[in-house]
Amino acid sequence: MNLRKYLKVYKNFLHTSFASELEYKTNLLVDLITAILSLIGSVFLLSIFFQNNSYIGGWKFEQALIIQGIYTVLNGITNTWFNPNLTEIVKHIREGTLDFVLLKPIDSQFFISLKKITPSGFLEIILGFCLLLYCMKINQINLNLSFLTLCLITIICSICILYSLWFFISTTTIWFVKTWNATEVLRSFLYIGRFPLNSFSFSLRIFFSVFIPIAFITTIPSEVFLGISQLWKILLEVIVALIFLSTSRKFWLFALKFYSSASS
Amino acid sequence: MISKLINRKIFTLLKVQYSNMLEYRVEIALWAISGIIPFFMLNIWTNNNLNESINFSDVMLSRYFLCAFLVRQFSVVWVVFSFEEDSLMGKVSPYLIQPLNPFFRYFAQHLAEQITRFPFALIIAFFFFILNPESIWIPNLGILFLSIISTFLSFLIQFLIQSIVACLCFWTEKASSIERLLFIPTLFLSGLLAPVVSFPEYVKSWIYLTPFPYLIDFPANLLSGNKTNISGGLSIQILWIILLFPLFKKIWSEGTKKYTAMGS
Repeated sequence: MNLRKYLKVYKNFLHTSFASELEYKTNLLVDLITAILSLIGSVFLLSIFFQNNSYIGGWKFEQALIIQGIYTVLNGITNTWFNPNLTEIVKHIREGTLDFVLLKPIDSQFFISLKKITPSGFLEIILGFCLLLYCMKINQINLNLSFLTLCLITIICSICILYSLWFFISTTTIWFVKTWNATEVLRSFLYIGRFPLNSFSFSLRIFFSVFIPIAFITTIPSEVFLGISQLWKILLEVIVALIFLSTSRKFWLFALKFYSSASS
Repeated sequence: MISKLINRKIFTLLKVQYSNMLEYRVEIALWAISGIIPFFMLNIWTNNNLNESINFSDVMLSRYFLCAFLVRQFSVVWVVFSFEEDSLMGKVSPYLIQPLNPFFRYFAQHLAEQITRFPFALIIAFFFFILNPESIWIPNLGILFLSIISTFLSFLIQFLIQSIVACLCFWTEKASSIERLLFIPTLFLSGLLAPVVSFPEYVKSWIYLTPFPYLIDFPANLLSGNKTNISGGLSIQILWIILLFPLFKKIWSEGTKKYTAMGS
C-alpha cells in the first residue's frame, strides 16, 4: 500500500532528524529562550502601538493578541518543517545532489519537503497555543464543536498557503541557483502577519491579499477565532489554499523539466 | 614599513572579497529588499496616527524610518554564520596558520558586501522618495559625515559582539543559536521597528545603559535631523567598542588554545 510506505519512510525521517538534532542539546534550551523572548518582544511592540490608542485597524489589544498567537504557532510550524527542508532545496540544486533525490523511488516533493525536522520549533508552537488559550480567556470565547472545526479548517488552510509560498520560492532556485536570500525576503514579508491587516494602508492591504496572501494566513483565522468572520471569507481561504497547493505542485513538476544537474 | 604591509594586505583582501561579492549581486539585492520591515512599520505608524502622542510629525517619522532602514543596511553583520560554517567544515585550520587574524578576512568580507549593497540601498531609498515626496531632505555635510561615522561605529559594535559569539564556536560548535537569541533584543530595542522615544518609561529608564539604542536609533535620529545628543551618543558608541575589543581578544586567544581541527 502506497500510503503505508510513505508513513514508514516518514517515520524514518523523524528518527534520523531527531537523532541529529539532539546532538546539540544546549541548542534546544537556547532556542526555547529565543522563542520566549521573541514573543515578549512582539507583545512589547504591540503594547507600544496601543499605548495611546485603544483601537488599531479596528482591533483591540486583546484581540490583536490572538493574531500574535496564531502567528507564533505558524512561525513555529515554519521553523519546524518548512525552514530546514526548503532551505535544503537550494543546497541540493547548487551542489547537484538533487539527482540523488530524483533517483529515489519516492515522490520528490514529499522527500524534499519533509526530510528534516527541527524539534525546537515545537516550543514555539506550544507557546503560541498557550497564548491562544490565554486570549480565549480574556476575550471570553466559548468553546464548541463548530468553532473548533472552523478554527482547525482555517489554520490548516493557512499552513497550506504558507507551505506553498515557501515551496514556490525555493523552487525558483532551479532557474536562479543562487537565491538563498529569497527566503529571507519572504520571511520579512511574513513579518507583517503579526499585525491586523486593517492597520495598513489600502495599497499595502491589496498587495498583501493578492500577491502574497498574508492576509489569509493570520487575519482570517483570528477573525474566525473571535467569531466575527463571514462565511465567504472562510470559503475564500479554502479556495485560495487549494489553488496554492495545486499550483505549487504543478510548478515543481514544471521546474523539474528545467533542472540540469550540477558538478557531475 | 609595517603599515605599508598592513595596507597592502587590507587592500588585497578587500579587492578579493569585493569581486567575490559582485558575483552574488542578486543575493545581495534580495538581502537589501528583505530589510524593508521599517517601511511596513512606518505604514502602521502613520496609518493609525500613532505618532501624534510622541510628538513626531509624519514627515520626521518617515525620515526616521528611512534612516533606520539605511543604517540597518550598512550595519548588518553575519560573521558568526560564516565562522560557524568554516569551523564546522574545518576551514579555520588553514586560516589559523596564516599570519593574519581570520577575522580580518570576515571584516573585509563585510566591508565589500556593504560596497556592493550601496547601489541597491540607494535604489530602494529612491523609490521611497518617489512614494513619499514630502519626506525628501538634504542633511548638511557635517551631519552626513557624523552619521556615516556613527553607522560605522554601530557596525563595529555589532561586529565585535558577533565575533565574540562566533568565538564560542570553539566550545559549542553551534554558536549561531546564541546569535539568534541576541538578535531578538537587537530587533526590538534598537529602534528598527519603533523609535526609542516611543518606548514606555519603564524601558527607557534602563535601555540607554545597553548598546542597543546606539545601533540604529542614534545614527538614524542623527541622519534624519532629529534632536540628539551627538557627542554623547558617539562617545558611548566608542566606549562600547573599547569595552568589547579586549573581551574579543581574550576570548579569541582562549578559544584558539581550545581549538581542535575538525573535518581534516
